[in-house]
Amino acid sequence: MGAGHHHRLHLPGDSLVHRLPPQCKLAAVVCFALVVVATPREWFGLFAGYGALLAAVAVIARVPPGFLLRRMAVEVPFVLFAVALPFVGSGERTPFLGLSLSVAGLWAAWNILVKATLGVLASVLLAATTDPRMILLGAQRLRLPSLLVQIAMFMLRYLDVILAEMRRMRVARESRGFAARDVRHIPVIARSAGALFIRSYERGERVHLAMLSRGYTGSMPVLADESASSRQWLTAGMLPGVALAALLGVWGLA
Amino acid sequence: MHVPDGFFTPAVSLSAGVVAAAGVAVALRGARRELDDRTAPMAGLVAAFVFAVQMLNFPVAAGTSGHLLGGALAAILVGPYTAVLCIAVVLLVQGFFFADGGLTALGVNITLMGIVSVLVAWAVFRLVTRSARGRGAVVAASFAAALISVPATALGFTLLFWLGGTAPVAVGTVAAAMGGVHTLIGIGEGLITAVTVSTVLAVRPDLVYGARGLAAPLVLRGPGGQESEAGDAEDAGDAVSVPAQATSRRRLGWFAPAAIALTAVLAGGVSFYASASPDGLERVAEDKGFADRATDHALGDQPLADYGEQGGLPVGVAGLIGAGVTLAVGGGLFAAVRRRTREGVAA
Repeated sequence: MGAGHHHRLHLPGDSLVHRLPPQCKLAAVVCFALVVVATPREWFGLFAGYGALLAAVAVIARVPPGFLLRRMAVEVPFVLFAVALPFVGSGERTPFLGLSLSVAGLWAAWNILVKATLGVLASVLLAATTDPRMILLGAQRLRLPSLLVQIAMFMLRYLDVILAEMRRMRVARESRGFAARDVRHIPVIARSAGALFIRSYERGERVHLAMLSRGYTGSMPVLADESASSRQWLTAGMLPGVALAALLGVWGLA
Repeated sequence: MHVPDGFFTPAVSLSAGVVAAAGVAVALRGARRELDDRTAPMAGLVAAFVFAVQMLNFPVAAGTSGHLLGGALAAILVGPYTAVLCIAVVLLVQGFFFADGGLTALGVNITLMGIVSVLVAWAVFRLVTRSARGRGAVVAASFAAALISVPATALGFTLLFWLGGTAPVAVGTVAAAMGGVHTLIGIGEGLITAVTVSTVLAVRPDLVYGARGLAAPLVLRGPGGQESEAGDAEDAGDAVSVPAQATSRRRLGWFAPAAIALTAVLAGGVSFYASASPDGLERVAEDKGFADRATDHALGDQPLADYGEQGGLPVGVAGLIGAGVTLAVGGGLFAAVRRRTREGVAA
């Protein structure tokens, strides 16, 4: 069980981005996503600028491009959806390579693709440079309800255990020749889910009793007080700050 | 089903964020009642379970497969408030750690997959289990709840899309595509939820929140063989259930006006902001000069069409009327259902 806790999401390192307090990074990423979504889709140059900003962050944090690309796979379903839009969209149509494409559909596909990609990149960078536990501590400092933060912490702690349990059940099923091919196999999967629930709930009850016997009173002790200096806030604020300044600048010119 | 950034207009994303925050706040209060001091550890565990179960792919039809949404399953196993919390946490973690679902679309995602699916599932489940009792009824109710909650979530998505989607696809097309696929997924979700619940019922019936009333009353057997039949247990049960009902009614007392006020603020106030300027599609349509070619749908001449831009009604008033009609229809349905169940109890 000792080797199961290497989160492939997190790339440990000691760069400027890694050292920033989590609450600063969290706030910066959320503000950046807001700025990106608020940008009108016709301003192509700005999106290139946002991409360059994220690339700069990736270079400073020494996150390899291959890692980013692999994590971008999350986006694939919506890329497919966006590719379909010009074909099914309504309104004026334009011929392109012998195909009739919807103009509004092309605009919408561009809009979704570019904004979703920038958003995914920003959150991948956040997860790559910050330990998951630290992200939650940062969320707590940003005044997210502490019960919610605690639930998320317990979820992260249990996640590896439950996924390993599920993997063992899958190995057991498949070593007996099971493959889910059609609807008749659903009951087998569902019984596994039921067994998984019972096993994990009983484990949770045992862990809770063990925690009570070690003095758990309903909240986890905070070991390190991570307060951020105004200089660190300023550094983290560069990302959304520059993006917002560019957006407002272009707005003023337009 | 995770909505990415840029899929909905900022106004819709913000409004959905307000709804999601309010829903999670209510769920935080309610979950303490469902789980007492074990709230954080057990809800965290159920969240991890939902996350794991969402990775179970099941075959839907030839060639396509879907995955569980888990809203109905969580609601039946641990109760609706905890379920909303768990799904909200799952979506938060997926958004921040796995980049699955946009950060600005978190409100939309939590509202649809957390609040709408759990509420619909729990309402259906309660309706069925009130009219019939027993283990079979619980399993059948789980099937119905999961079956209906998935297309209902898809319908909620279509509604938001109609209010502020950025893609130029006719709402009818979206509704047909989403509804069709999600009815299929709903059948798979219903099957899995029902079998999972029946598996848990067979082993640890005390773990199924939706089947709390089913446990056989305790029987105390004395040395002489006399049975003091469960009198204490039943008394205790009544003593627990009566105040719970009273508090829930009392809570509804302030909750209903607050919800109506929030709806009114959103419909009357925020909708000004929402449509103060033409949205992206309308703007492109005007720029390209094909706005006049667009054909309105069948109700285009009604005073509420386009949220009042045509019929001479101010936007906010149109929003208020819309919210009022929705409330009246929903309230009427609720009242009708309640009267029927009361008659059923009396008879």
